Amino acid sequence: MAQTKTLSRGLRGTLGAFTAVVLVFIYVPLLLVLLNSFNTDNTFGWPPPGLTLHWWKVAWESQGARDALWTSVKVACAATVVALLLGTLAAMALRRTRFFGRNVVSLLIILPIALPGIVTGLAFQNEFSTILGIGLSLWTVIIAHATFCIVTVFNNVQARFQRLGTSFEQASMDLGAGRWTTYRLVTFPMLRSALLAGALLSFGLSFDEIVVTTFTASPHDQTLPLWILNNLFRPNQAPVVNVVAAVLVVLSAVPIYLAQRLSGSQAEAINIP
Amino acid sequence: MLDRRPGLRVGLLLTPPMLWLGVAYLGALAALLVTSLWTQDDFTGNIERIWTLDNFRQLFTVDVYRTITLRTIGIAALVTVVDAVLAFPIALYMAKVASPRTQRLLVIAVLTPLWASYLVKAYAWRGMLSADGPIAWIANPFGLDTPGYGLPAVIITLSYLWLPYMILPVYAGLERVPDSLLEASSDLGGGSWTTIRRVVLPMAFPALVAGSIFTFSLSLGDYITVQIVGGTSQLLGNVVYDNQGAANNLPFAAAVATVPIVVMVVYLALARRVGALEDL
Repeated sequence: MAQTKTLSRGLRGTLGAFTAVVLVFIYVPLLLVLLNSFNTDNTFGWPPPGLTLHWWKVAWESQGARDALWTSVKVACAATVVALLLGTLAAMALRRTRFFGRNVVSLLIILPIALPGIVTGLAFQNEFSTILGIGLSLWTVIIAHATFCIVTVFNNVQARFQRLGTSFEQASMDLGAGRWTTYRLVTFPMLRSALLAGALLSFGLSFDEIVVTTFTASPHDQTLPLWILNNLFRPNQAPVVNVVAAVLVVLSAVPIYLAQRLSGSQAEAINIP
Repeated sequence: MLDRRPGLRVGLLLTPPMLWLGVAYLGALAALLVTSLWTQDDFTGNIERIWTLDNFRQLFTVDVYRTITLRTIGIAALVTVVDAVLAFPIALYMAKVASPRTQRLLVIAVLTPLWASYLVKAYAWRGMLSADGPIAWIANPFGLDTPGYGLPAVIITLSYLWLPYMILPVYAGLERVPDSLLEASSDLGGGSWTTIRRVVLPMAFPALVAGSIFTFSLSLGDYITVQIVGGTSQLLGNVVYDNQGAANNLPFAAAVATVPIVVMVVYLALARRVGALEDL
């Protein structure tokens, strides 16, 4: 695919140089966060007057950060489970069927992520507290997060269905397998890596979400992004926040690694010419 | 039985997601519109279910809100343009110039910052732009200075945050442009620039629009980046945020929130016409 010779040499060189410059611009701020987590100056003066591991130790012992991390993991897991169920069901329903509401359904699935988070957040807050009179809690956060996570699973599963067609399942049915057996032995294994990829994205979206969370969480519930935002402007907490930020930057490589592994193995597992 | 009644099968499969999205989510949006037509008792802070257009009257007639609305839409548009201009050459390099190996590495390089926390990235720019940060440190010897915290900082930071959302769909769109088309154009005497302008750009346009849905919508509702690097400036999101919660004026916040909803519905309708929704 790549390396067309139709573009002139000069242009190809310019595009490459441009890409390199923008990548530098993308990574420098992240490296700054990493470096500042070792900065002895707690207002992050540049260049750093000295390096220390002190803030890492303080951050490690911070109960607030640990609790917030745990809360975020719980919320992201629960939202992902809901998104997996609803996203898969929706993708299965829209498969092989062309009915009038098809476009409406896909638009409805995209909508929560296409509208700004502040709209989704305020709409749920208003629904829960003003209209229904339910107090805000972790459950309301999970409901709101799951809503915009459905699209990640739906998109992945739908793309997989489109790519694979229905011949495998038809073969299974022709060979006498029932609907459930076919689902268990053919459809599900075929979807497994798409489901994992969707779940990974959904977990990441929920874990990072701050706007919708601000609007739907009770004052006692603190996810990690909420904790970071609350401590960002406290002078003596800023270095600890920076360490947590640095950890998150490093951890962001994990899902990328997993996703690469997934897409790599899937190319091997399904040999479609 | 399910095999003979495809309608029933679709119905059963669709019921749970449609209850969630159609009833809970659309219901919440509808309730938001209804609430924007209510009012709040200034003394008790309770929401009173009296129908009125006052919130909208206030939104459209008070100068501050009009300015903030226009400023927000302007910033969202500017961020989208900046991201499109930055993303297109990178996506073109990834899809049509880089070797398969470099291509894979570049996709990873673009994806990784997407997973780094939003707050961390906004916060990183607070560090970059601060008066004794690296930008000031580099610029000072040249007699220049950091832009500091304010609207330019908001535009830089938002463009930074949403850039991968633009690169990835455009890259996917360019991947689908067959090389043979580029060759045909060059065989017919089109130079590189002509090929890009008359063949590649028109074909990548739906993908650019698809990416712009994210950059535009995410900028339109943002209020946290503004808090972190925006100094004292305000966007629509800040107005919504400041008016929400029991102690404040939720009906007015709801009225303000209808602005991004209307803008995005119009935007999505336009995007649909150029076929961008299939590229999401």
